[in-house]
Amino acid sequence: MLRELWYSDRLRNGVFQAVLLGGLIWLLFWIGGNTVQNLAERGIRTGYEFLQRPARFPISETVLRYSPSDSFFWAYVVGLANTLWLSFLTILFATIGGLALALARLSGHPLLSRLAGIYVTVFRNVPLIVQLLFFYGVATSLFPPVRQALNPLPGLYLSLRGVYAPGLVMGPGSGTVIAVAVLLALVLLIVLRHWAAGQGRLRRWLWGFAIFLPALVLVWLLAGRPIALEAPQLHGLNFRGGLYLSPEFSAIIIGLTLYTTAFTGEIIRGGIEAVGKGQWEGGRALGVSERHIMFRIILPQALRVIVPPMTSQYLSTVKNTTLAVAVGYPELGLVVNTVINQTGQALESILIMLGVFLTISLSVSALMNYFNARIALVER
Amino acid sequence: MSICRKYAAIALSLAGLLGTAPAFAKTTLETVKERGRMICGASQGTPGFGAPDGNGYWRGLDIETCRAVAIAVLGDKDAVDFVPLSGQQRIPALQTGEIDMLPRTLTWTLQRDTNGINFTQPNYYEYTGFMMPKALGITKVEDMAGASVCVQTGSTTEVVVNDVSTQNDLDLKPVIFDNTSAARQAFFSGRCDALITDAGALASVRASMADKPDDYVIFPATPYIDALTPAVRQGDDQWMDIVRWSVQALIAAENFGITQANIDEMMKSEDPRIRRFLGTDPGNGKALGLTDDFAYRIVKALGNYGELFDRNVGKDSPLKLERGYNALYRNGGLMLPLAFQ
Amino acid sequence: MPTEKTTFTSLHTGGSMTQVPERQSRLSGFVKTLFGDRLSIALTLISVLIIYAFVPVIDWALIRAHWTVASPAECQSGGACWAFIGAKLRLILFGLYPPEEQWRAVIVIVLIMALVLLTLSPRFWGARLLLVWAAGIAVMLVLMGGGVMGLPPVPTSKWGGLPVTLLLAVLSLGLAFPFSVVLALGRRSAQPVTRGLSVLVIELVRGLPLVGLLFVAAILMPLFLPPDWNIDKLGRTLAALTIFAAAYLAEVIRGGLQGLPYGQTEAAQALGIPYWRTIWHIVLPQAIQKVIPPLTNTAIVMVKNTSLVLIVGVFDMLSAARSAATDPMWPAPSAEAYLFVAMIYFVICYGIAAYSRHIETDLTARSHS
Repeated sequence: MLRELWYSDRLRNGVFQAVLLGGLIWLLFWIGGNTVQNLAERGIRTGYEFLQRPARFPISETVLRYSPSDSFFWAYVVGLANTLWLSFLTILFATIGGLALALARLSGHPLLSRLAGIYVTVFRNVPLIVQLLFFYGVATSLFPPVRQALNPLPGLYLSLRGVYAPGLVMGPGSGTVIAVAVLLALVLLIVLRHWAAGQGRLRRWLWGFAIFLPALVLVWLLAGRPIALEAPQLHGLNFRGGLYLSPEFSAIIIGLTLYTTAFTGEIIRGGIEAVGKGQWEGGRALGVSERHIMFRIILPQALRVIVPPMTSQYLSTVKNTTLAVAVGYPELGLVVNTVINQTGQALESILIMLGVFLTISLSVSALMNYFNARIALVER
Repeated sequence: MSICRKYAAIALSLAGLLGTAPAFAKTTLETVKERGRMICGASQGTPGFGAPDGNGYWRGLDIETCRAVAIAVLGDKDAVDFVPLSGQQRIPALQTGEIDMLPRTLTWTLQRDTNGINFTQPNYYEYTGFMMPKALGITKVEDMAGASVCVQTGSTTEVVVNDVSTQNDLDLKPVIFDNTSAARQAFFSGRCDALITDAGALASVRASMADKPDDYVIFPATPYIDALTPAVRQGDDQWMDIVRWSVQALIAAENFGITQANIDEMMKSEDPRIRRFLGTDPGNGKALGLTDDFAYRIVKALGNYGELFDRNVGKDSPLKLERGYNALYRNGGLMLPLAFQ
Repeated sequence: MPTEKTTFTSLHTGGSMTQVPERQSRLSGFVKTLFGDRLSIALTLISVLIIYAFVPVIDWALIRAHWTVASPAECQSGGACWAFIGAKLRLILFGLYPPEEQWRAVIVIVLIMALVLLTLSPRFWGARLLLVWAAGIAVMLVLMGGGVMGLPPVPTSKWGGLPVTLLLAVLSLGLAFPFSVVLALGRRSAQPVTRGLSVLVIELVRGLPLVGLLFVAAILMPLFLPPDWNIDKLGRTLAALTIFAAAYLAEVIRGGLQGLPYGQTEAAQALGIPYWRTIWHIVLPQAIQKVIPPLTNTAIVMVKNTSLVLIVGVFDMLSAARSAATDPMWPAPSAEAYLFVAMIYFVICYGIAAYSRHIETDLTARSHS
């Protein structure tokens, strides 16, 4: 009797799972069949050979070198590079900003912690895309036209075409200068650490710079001034030269960073608060300075709590970069959009985009799980 | 375990059966008739060509082209719903059957024609142009070095910007928008030096959006003209014919000298071509799957191509566009009526 | 957490603040907190600078603002042009919905708000609430669509503005909920196939950006379905939002299930209560009660996420505001338009968060007394 029941349970489980699997396979076949039929019936081109063809459309700003004679494949790579660049910068800024925000909220300073609280409340409760569109609207309407660009500092121009700032121009021989500078700095660090150990820290640094800077200038002069600062010049219709920040990029980076900071700040705060009060008390009892307790005792422990939610926050940031479509920064989503227009091959283009994001998400998750396992091990 | 496998095998074969069973698709004509309404893709607002007026009633040359087809098929010029689509949405929307027809906004290109789309009958010939503020003193492409150009994504103009830039070594800086109105507003706010699109739409933008239209100059970007053509989805020849001949009806009517005002007079015409055109001699409509008087109904409700042109974008409109390439072949244009027989 | 707060106060103020003698007047205590030592002074200065940076913003938004204008040209100079919002209010709130029918949209908005408030208060929790929601949504859809009881039909292509935003949020969450329960149970199931499939679906969806799912819904979905299935764009967008919400809700509910002692199900099994009844009457109510805060949070996230439909051209409130802001009659009022939309989103999201927090503290207070 019992045996039978057990057996029937197993049977039931088996049947249920088989039906489930069958249903899934049927669904996939059904979708696949429909798609094939629809594509054929409507005469829509399929396949990935378009990836080899020249793209012929422009991409307004790129991290990697791109020209419209490159292939569609390269256009995707360039879009992906923009996505990753944008994600990297946002994550960097939002992590630093988040730490500052968390400390401000926990500072107990009545004004500052309240301001930080208001910040978090406001930025978390308004959709990111609204914020992006708002910043883009501000970036393109607050400043004057390019001919009447604001010039608050020499070489710095603000106009509704974006921000132009002086940039470094590396001539031939720059490599030598940089290499020498790095070497010199390393030598100085080691030398001063050992031979001037008796001096105060401030004094050591002052000595270091007193030797380093003149030496650097000398090397630069000897190499024939290969590195120069170039200020943007109004030339014809636009500024030329120097560093350029477009309103599209400014809007997306400012918007994404401010939004993400509101979340990272709360995650870090949660992590710090999760560390037991005893840690503070123990640190104080041992006469450790408050700053040391924070950065040497509390934060390392908080990290364990912080890492998992921070990972998913970083991942959402990568996914959130797709909203750049709304303000016209050419990350992967916008490039995919353009490719669809130019080739009409929506299926392939969207699948590539989904595949790329899935790969990023899953590999970052795997990496973080590994990392997480490692810090968890330290605990025991 | 073996039970599992057995069930899996059954499920698989079932899936195979159902998945490949062909579904019988209705023709577009049947779908539209059943729905009682036609769905037409519209631009996001180009006054004169296609934009809702203050009361939300769509007006413009493109819009009336769709209305002509609705009259031919459903007998009612208001039996059309207009779906505003951005540049990148319009082709998938057409391919996937979300809309039944896309009026003039699309340039007839080989790549599009061979990829899920059929073009019907060009009803607007135009060059791609740049618009720039007059104050910049630039009136030809060669002087545009370093200019930033507002471009709407999903159009042939993206490629034109690139071609023009590399041909003349201009280093044009494209600023790309996914939204027509955003691109236009960015141009007027000074984000870009130039705006690129077909010259007709540029004239529309200038007349409707500029504070002082005279402060802006429009000039050709390329020496070539394009055929802007109503398009339908590939794979339904009957529907392609219906749209083609509905548009043709507008052009042919102008060629015959048939207007909204004199059409009832013309019904008495003895000219066999006109009689066949208007359906007094039967046969044409039936061949398309429509009633024989479809051309009569179109012209009676809307007028001929010349009337449409004049009141929407031509001399009786704020745009004041010349007929130019869009005049009848007899007047030096490219509009050629085909034989309704 | 008042105790911890003081700890951190002492971190930066060197303990001075916590030791303010009670006899001291409040004013001098306040002065001491703000200017007690070097760090406090620095932080106070930073705060003042931040506040000072907002002076021009307030000047723009309130003092030099145009509240009413005779013609749009008056907004050319000076501060914010709030008159623009007044002129475009109907377009932003209702989109292209026929003006003479907009009372229907207003009722829909009010209904949704009322139902949300009802749902947040635990007094009404139960199966009956689900019925109320089902009935409410049916009424809303009938109201919006019309075509019966003498209401003129309004096609979905004319729906727009706030009702679309709210309907998308409510419908996607409502439709996602049953799926998410199934997925969460599936992920905890002992059957390898069931568990594997649930994990696959959840991780797949969570690994993708919502924009990607919306692209699939808007552009690819018609290819996946038989040619005679005509689902309009609003419906397809809703499907994408639903799948997205289901994956995230499933993880929240799984959290609740994990927190449940296993004895509960075992006891039910021992009593011979069938599986689904155990789930419905014993497991789910407890599991959900445990995860009310993250559930509310997910709901708020979904309200915010509806704004992404702008990217695929659905005419929600944000799209309506954007199209209003491109009216050439007005001098570039996009900042005002987006601020207004942001404010509406803020009121909705913050309102839900604050109200649910209030109820939660109410609940815990009661259960502890």
